[in-house]
Amino acid sequence: MASEVVAKRSKLESVGGECKCHGKLPDDRFDKLRDVIDEYKDKPGSLIPVLHEAQQLFGCLPEDVQEFVAKGLGVPESEVYGVATFYSLFSLKPKGKWTISVCLGTACYVKGAADCLEALKKELGIDIGGTSEDGLFTLEGVRCVGACALAPVVVIGDTVYAKVKPEDIKRILAEHVEAHSTEAHAS
Amino acid sequence: MSPFIRAHILVCSGAGCVSSGCHGVYDSLMRALEEEGILGEVKVIKTGCIGSCDLGPTVLIYPDGTFYQKVTPEDAKEIVEEHIVKGRPVARLFPRQAEGEPAENISSLNFFKKQVKVVLRNCGVIDPENIYEYVARDGYEALARVLTDMTPKDVIDTIKQSGLRGRGGAGFPTGLKWEFAQRVHADEKYVVCNADEGDPGAFMDRSVLEGDPHSIVEAMTIAGYAIGANQGYIYVRAEYPLAVSRLTHAIEEAHEFGVLGENLFGSGFSFDLDIRVGAGAFVCGEETALLASMEGKRGMPRPRPPFPANEGLFRKPTLINNVETYANIAPIILKGPDWFRSIGTEKSPGTKVFALAGKINNTGLVEVPMGTTLREIVYEIGGGIPGGKAFKAAQTGGPSGGCIPESLLDISMEYDTLTKAGAMMGSGGLIIMDEDTCMVDIAKFFLQFTQDESCGKCVPCREGTKVMLDILTRITEGKGQAGDIQTLEALGKTIKNTALCGLGQTAPNPVLSSIRYFRNEYEAHIDEKRCPGGVCKDLVGYEIDAEKCRGCSLCAKACPTQAIHPVAGEAALAEASGGEGGHKPKRRTYEIDNSKCQKCGECMSVCRFDAVSRR
Repeated sequence: MASEVVAKRSKLESVGGECKCHGKLPDDRFDKLRDVIDEYKDKPGSLIPVLHEAQQLFGCLPEDVQEFVAKGLGVPESEVYGVATFYSLFSLKPKGKWTISVCLGTACYVKGAADCLEALKKELGIDIGGTSEDGLFTLEGVRCVGACALAPVVVIGDTVYAKVKPEDIKRILAEHVEAHSTEAHAS
Repeated sequence: MSPFIRAHILVCSGAGCVSSGCHGVYDSLMRALEEEGILGEVKVIKTGCIGSCDLGPTVLIYPDGTFYQKVTPEDAKEIVEEHIVKGRPVARLFPRQAEGEPAENISSLNFFKKQVKVVLRNCGVIDPENIYEYVARDGYEALARVLTDMTPKDVIDTIKQSGLRGRGGAGFPTGLKWEFAQRVHADEKYVVCNADEGDPGAFMDRSVLEGDPHSIVEAMTIAGYAIGANQGYIYVRAEYPLAVSRLTHAIEEAHEFGVLGENLFGSGFSFDLDIRVGAGAFVCGEETALLASMEGKRGMPRPRPPFPANEGLFRKPTLINNVETYANIAPIILKGPDWFRSIGTEKSPGTKVFALAGKINNTGLVEVPMGTTLREIVYEIGGGIPGGKAFKAAQTGGPSGGCIPESLLDISMEYDTLTKAGAMMGSGGLIIMDEDTCMVDIAKFFLQFTQDESCGKCVPCREGTKVMLDILTRITEGKGQAGDIQTLEALGKTIKNTALCGLGQTAPNPVLSSIRYFRNEYEAHIDEKRCPGGVCKDLVGYEIDAEKCRGCSLCAKACPTQAIHPVAGEAALAEASGGEGGHKPKRRTYEIDNSKCQKCGECMSVCRFDAVSRR
C-alpha cells in the first residue's frame, strides 16, 4: 500500500517536472486523497466531490490522480476522464499562481468585456486557457459571476476588479503582483 | 435580559457589495462604535443583497431607514460619529435620483418604490447566518403549520390553488409537479433544489441563497413532507462559494434547532438536506442533466419521459424546483393562496425577481408583481438609459430567451405574453441594450455561449448551433450572403423542434427574435456591409468632417496606430482658392488613413467638436 503511494508520487513528479515541489517536500497528498476517497466511498454520486478535493490538493487532475481516484472509488478510468474533461472547472494541466477570470456574461459583454479580454491576451501573450511564461497567470473566460452591476468584471485570484477598461489592464496586473508580493513578504 | 438596542446598521454583504469592499466598511463601523463606547447599543448586521448593486457598498440605518451609498471605510467612521452619535444624517452619502434629488430614506428611492418583496422578503433585512432573525420574520412557522395541521394533500392543494408557476423559466405549475411526485409509489423519493443558476446576467437565486438560506431549507422540508421524501439535495454551482457556505451554515443551524432532521415538530416526519456543488457546466441547469451530474456522471440530458417525478435521481421519483420557486412556498402557506393570487396577473400570479443590468442607470435586483410593464421597470425603477442614449431592446431569459424591442415597451412582463413575443421569462435576467448595441453581435454572443455549452449529445444542438454560429460570424465579418437570413430561420426552427433538451430547444431564440424585430440590422450587415450599432469591427470605419474639424490634433495624438494625419497640401489649396481678400489661410484639417485604422473609436471619443463620425 505504502509502496503504491510512493510509486504514484514519483510518477506524478516525473510528468515534465510539473510538480512545483520538485520532490523536495514530502508528498502526502495521495494519503490525503485516500482519506477523502474513504470518506465518500459509500455515498452514491461522489465522483464530482472527490475530484473537487483532488484538484484542491494537486492544483489540477493529472492522469495518475485520475487513475488513483478511479481505483479508489471503483469506477472505470474512462468515466473519471469523461467527467474530468466535461466540466469546465476541472483542469488536466497545472495552472499559474493566479487565475484571471474575465467575466463574459451578458452584462459584462454589453459593457465591453471582449475588449478587456483582448487586452489581457495581448498583455500576457496567451490565449484563453493558457498560462503566462512566468507561471504567474492563467487566463480564463468565465460565465456570469453574478456581479453584473460592476460590469465589466475581471477576477484575479480572489480579488474582484470592477468596471475594468482595456487601458486599465496593465496597471491592474502590476498592482496585483505588487499587492500580493508584499503580502507574502509581510507574512 | 437582552441589552437595549437603539439602532441597527445593516451592511449589505451581497456579492456586488462584497466586490466593492463592504467588509472594510463593516470593520470600520465596528471600530468606530468601539471607540465611541456604544458597541452594546448599536447592532451591526451583515445582510444579504439589498438589491441596488451599482450603489455598493450600501449601508442602511434603522429605525430611520436612512440609506447610504458608495460608503468607504472613512465614510463609515463619519456615519457613526455624525449620524449614530449626534443624530445628524450624512447628506453627502445619500443616493441621487435621476432628477438630482437626493433620497434620504430608502422608501423614497424610486428604485424600491414599485417593488413588492415576497421572494426577497428577508434579503437585505436579516443576518443570513443567524436563525433567530429568520425565525423572528415568521421563519419555520409555515413548516410548523404544515407538519402539525395539514395533510400532504392539503399542502399540495394550497400550492395548486395559489397558481404558483416554476420560476426556473418554463413556468410549469408547481402544485401539479408536486402532485405528480406525490402520486408515485416508491420506497424512496428525493426533493432537489436547482440552484445551478447559469444564465449569464441572472443572479436572483444567488441572492436568495446568500441572503435568506433558511427560506430554502424550510420550503424543501415542506416539499419533502408533501411528496413523501426524507432526503433533499441542493445543487449549487461552484462559482457561488458564498452561497455554499451560507447554506451549509443554515443547514447546521436548522439541525441544531430541530427544524431539520428526525421527527420534526413531533410529527414523526424526518427530513435531511445535503449540498452538491457543480463543476461548471451550463447544461446542468436542465433537470435531467442536473440529475446525471448529481449522480457523478457527465452532465448530459436524457429524453423525457420518464419525467423525474417518476424516475429521477438514482432512478427514484424526484421533485425538482428552482430556488425562487421554493422561496415563494412559506409565504403561500402562511398567507394563503388567495393572498398570492391577489398579486400579479391571473395567469401568472405572484411576483418575479429580475436581475436588471446592462445599459441602465440603476442596476441590481428588482422584485415586481407579474404584469408590470417593461417600461415601468426600465424607466421608473431602472432610472432609464445612461448618457441620454436611446433604448433599443431588452434581452430576457438569457441565452434561451429573446429580445423585446422599443415598440413593445408596454408589454406586460409575465410568462405567456413574453413567450408570445418570441422572448421568454427564463430565469429573469433582464439586460438592457441601447442604440450602441448591435443586435447581430448580441445574437452571435448568445449562440457562442450555447454552442460552447452544448453537451454534444444530440445532432441538432451540436451541429445546428455550430452552423448557425458560422453564418452569424460571417455576417458580422462583412461576408454575409443573400439567403443567410432565411437559412438561419430555417435552421433555428428545426433545432427548436428537434433538439433533445431545453438548452438546444431554446438556443435559436436569440437569433430568431432578433431577426423578427431587427431584420433591418441583419440586412444592413449583409447587403450594405454596414453595422448600424457600430460594433462589428470589420464593418465600421471612421471619418472626419472637414467642415467641423478645427485642426486641434487631439485625435491624431490619441490614435494608437498613427492613422490620423493632416490633409496633405490643404493649407496651400486653401490659400490658392480663398486668397482674394488677403484672408489668412484656412486652418489645416485632419483625415484618417483607413488602411492603418484599428477602429478603436478613440478619435471619436476625444474630439470636442463632434467632427469624427462612424460610418
